[in-house]
Amino acid sequence: MELYLHIPFCVRKCKYCDFLSFPMENETMGAYGNALLRDVKKASAQYSEEKITSIFFGGGTPSLLPAEAIPTLLSSIRDGFVLTNDCEVTVECNPGTLTEEKLQAFYAAGVNRISMGVQSADDGELRTLGRIHTFAEAVENFHLARKVGFDNISVDVMMALPGQTPASYKETLERIIALAPEHISAYDLIVEEGTCFYDWYEREPEAFPTEECSCEMYRMTQRELTKAGYEQYEISNYAKPGRRSRHNYGYWSNVPYLGLGLGASSYIGNRRFRNTDDLKQYLQGNLYIEDTILSERDMQEEFFILGLRRREGITEDAFVKRFSADTYSVYEKVLCEKEKQGLVEKTKGGYRLSEEGILLSNTVFVALMDAEKENKEKM
Amino acid sequence: MAEFDRSKIRNFCIIAHIDHGKSTLADRIIEKTGLLTSREMQAQVLDNMDLERERGITIKAQTVRTVYKAKNGEEYVFNLIDTPGHVDFNYEVSRSLAACEGAVLVVDAAQGIEAQTLANVYLALDHNLEIMPVLNKIDLPSADPERVMNEIEDVIGLEAHDAPRISAKSGLNVDEVLEQIIEKIPAPGGDARNPLQALIFDSVYDPYKGVIIFCRIMEGSISTETRIRMMATGAEADVVEIGTFGPGKFLPCNELSAGMVGYITASLKNVKETQVGDTVTDARRPAPEALEGYKQVHPMVYCGMYPADGAKYPDLRDALEKLQLNDAALQFEPETSIALGFGFRCGFLGLLHLEIIQERLEREYDLDLVTTAPSVIYHVYKTDGTMLEVTNPSNLPDPSEIEHMEEPIVGAEIMVTTEFVGAIMKLCQERRGVYLGMEYMEETRALLKYDLPLNEIIYDFFDALKSRSKGYASFDYDLKGYQVSELVKLDILINREEVDALSFIVHAETAYERGRRMCERLKDEIPRQLFEIPIQAAIGSKIIARETVKAMRKDVLAKCYGGDITRKKKLLEKQKEGKKRMRQVGNVEIPQKAFMSVLKLDNED
Repeated sequence: MELYLHIPFCVRKCKYCDFLSFPMENETMGAYGNALLRDVKKASAQYSEEKITSIFFGGGTPSLLPAEAIPTLLSSIRDGFVLTNDCEVTVECNPGTLTEEKLQAFYAAGVNRISMGVQSADDGELRTLGRIHTFAEAVENFHLARKVGFDNISVDVMMALPGQTPASYKETLERIIALAPEHISAYDLIVEEGTCFYDWYEREPEAFPTEECSCEMYRMTQRELTKAGYEQYEISNYAKPGRRSRHNYGYWSNVPYLGLGLGASSYIGNRRFRNTDDLKQYLQGNLYIEDTILSERDMQEEFFILGLRRREGITEDAFVKRFSADTYSVYEKVLCEKEKQGLVEKTKGGYRLSEEGILLSNTVFVALMDAEKENKEKM
Repeated sequence: MAEFDRSKIRNFCIIAHIDHGKSTLADRIIEKTGLLTSREMQAQVLDNMDLERERGITIKAQTVRTVYKAKNGEEYVFNLIDTPGHVDFNYEVSRSLAACEGAVLVVDAAQGIEAQTLANVYLALDHNLEIMPVLNKIDLPSADPERVMNEIEDVIGLEAHDAPRISAKSGLNVDEVLEQIIEKIPAPGGDARNPLQALIFDSVYDPYKGVIIFCRIMEGSISTETRIRMMATGAEADVVEIGTFGPGKFLPCNELSAGMVGYITASLKNVKETQVGDTVTDARRPAPEALEGYKQVHPMVYCGMYPADGAKYPDLRDALEKLQLNDAALQFEPETSIALGFGFRCGFLGLLHLEIIQERLEREYDLDLVTTAPSVIYHVYKTDGTMLEVTNPSNLPDPSEIEHMEEPIVGAEIMVTTEFVGAIMKLCQERRGVYLGMEYMEETRALLKYDLPLNEIIYDFFDALKSRSKGYASFDYDLKGYQVSELVKLDILINREEVDALSFIVHAETAYERGRRMCERLKDEIPRQLFEIPIQAAIGSKIIARETVKAMRKDVLAKCYGGDITRKKKLLEKQKEGKKRMRQVGNVEIPQKAFMSVLKLDNED
């Protein structure tokens, strides 16, 4: 089982962000830390059988917490759960909130992976995004983490930003590659409802790159990172050999996970559930708001929607092991049809998205979800 | 009740231009005559379909009987027959009028006479009704009762200086209307001893009672013992129940006699047997002849209606059958389209009738529909000397077999304030109108007369008229006849395949413009797909316009982690639902609304 801990605090909200996070006073942060400790204890009693293969402190900005917070949480996790020897422990960090002291505390507590939100090498673009740091500060933080001893660092970059050009993005990629992180997540900007960017997009869509331009940036990412020795293992994720994010990879591979903290999601057995995102309720211990029991069909759909995000795609074996050969043939019909359209390609034991299919993956997913409907009609 | 003195009965209707306050006045009359307290009144009692309330128009004729105690101390029975308020239902209106002795003409004291006011007045005069003008909305700041009074006298030639000046909304001076109804509108004639002649002015289908005939007894009487016969359709049945109308309910009685208005049920299953305008007589003692004025109504406008979900075809058929029980003017027959699958070609009295049926199918029967462009009935004269009536462009014979074609022409009257005369004349010219003349109502308003091809007004003429006159123009029309016209079939090709549901028949001169605009509109409506899609307009094999939908290059969710999965899946669900509302034509997916959006192409510049 994987463990996710959500830290919903930021110095300030970025203009594109629709994650659950907000600026926070110290007292509330303390109370929140205690609530997390409370939930770690409760969960460890409930899931005492489970071995923990990865832990991810995500946000928000976990690195905003006082230096001792994460070590305290980690030691409580170790007290209550059994961790595998090679357990991956990641902390999401944002430049501008990191100090050597914090990094050392993380390192000493057994954090073995840092995920850093660098986003762009262009300070103008960083300002547009509403980030609190310059690229130089990000680089400094990166070197600091190296100095402390972290040998597994991931860097986030963003493309298709307003004002971004293929040239400026290429420079970002080059400068990130020069840092030589073990892992790079390269995301297309998603304009989400309720964000500043959404209003901006409504007002002035021409300020944002065209579909053609963002395709170009995506292909550039693939090209440049592959050239630099990274392997693309998911739609937006690239890693040096052996350095994939085990935690994230689990999400696409049907590994159960338990989410702790405000608004955190869990997937255990055939249930997906989510904690409340009302801070007051959460602090009082009223946790759950959403609970979905997945049907057989839901799980089949997720098998494809998530599994095909991985570059290696899905295998027939994995499907048949969980479901049945009969139903596989129903989905396979759709996959064959998509293969003819050039969106999907055969692998040794199954299928994966083709190069072209990656960028049109929703088309493939929707068709697979439709296949399920035919399936229902048959049954 | 049968012994009620005929001289104490008043049968009347209220006529008005749309929005001049007809239904509100009807409500006030019902309220004032004590049938309902105002608390029991829902606004506009008589408009009882949701759709009627929302649109503020009357679609079906409604009738109510109330008892009014006049200032002279006598009690009078008022039968108020509320008539449909739209040109599409002119025939129903004329039958309702024939059931009355008088009409209360409501004129908005601010807006004055409108095109429909005139059309209704002429119709009422045709039936020799006593017309009693009423000036409504005098509480509006813009009301000018003096001016409107003069207008009524000058334009219509009705004495109007003692017309009650009322506010139907507040109830101001409505008593005066009631008193004048007694004074001015004559009591009904007829003789209860004559053979039965009852005029059907409406009929509705009720799942429990079967067909309910709304009628006015012109001669003779009817009782629960009577066996009735419809003189035009020949249908016969034994009476089950007769009675009069309370607001929102039926009040059974034992006998209805000459002069009275009421209803009859007789276990009849279909309103087709009880057509509006037909005469009900006593099968055992029939009247020598039917009442005048019966005619069968024929649809003027046709379109294809298809279920969005092909599996709902039987549901659509059932729904149309049910609506037809209540609406003898609605026609439909099965048809198939390559693009849309199985559906029905439906005939309507006019565009409003079409819209009403479409909305009722969608709301009351929960059906998602795709409708094709409305068409009129074209007369196609073939080289072999035969004539073909075509309502579906797909059925047009090969051009080599066509000698010539004719299209229906209407006589249109448009009333508009003088500042917009230019804009409206331009519109009529664009729509191939032939100018017949213009009359000034007063200094600021004019009545424009045009002959217009019906196929030019069934798309968006009414919208264009409203937008180009800032809402001030009003419009009425009458079918005049057929005229030779140079018509062509315009086809739309999507990804080089002809989409039959988008074809239509158009005048040769406007074909290029229409083709170009349709391509532009379709380009906006059809989402990008995996490949480039050419959209072409063609006449025969000649392409006259082209647009291109570029290929979709990117449709991907950049992020999908543990907390996103449920939400991202919902996004995909939504996309899937959207796909369901698409029609697969060849290998192109066309959204259903694309089929309808091309109907509204007026561009004002």
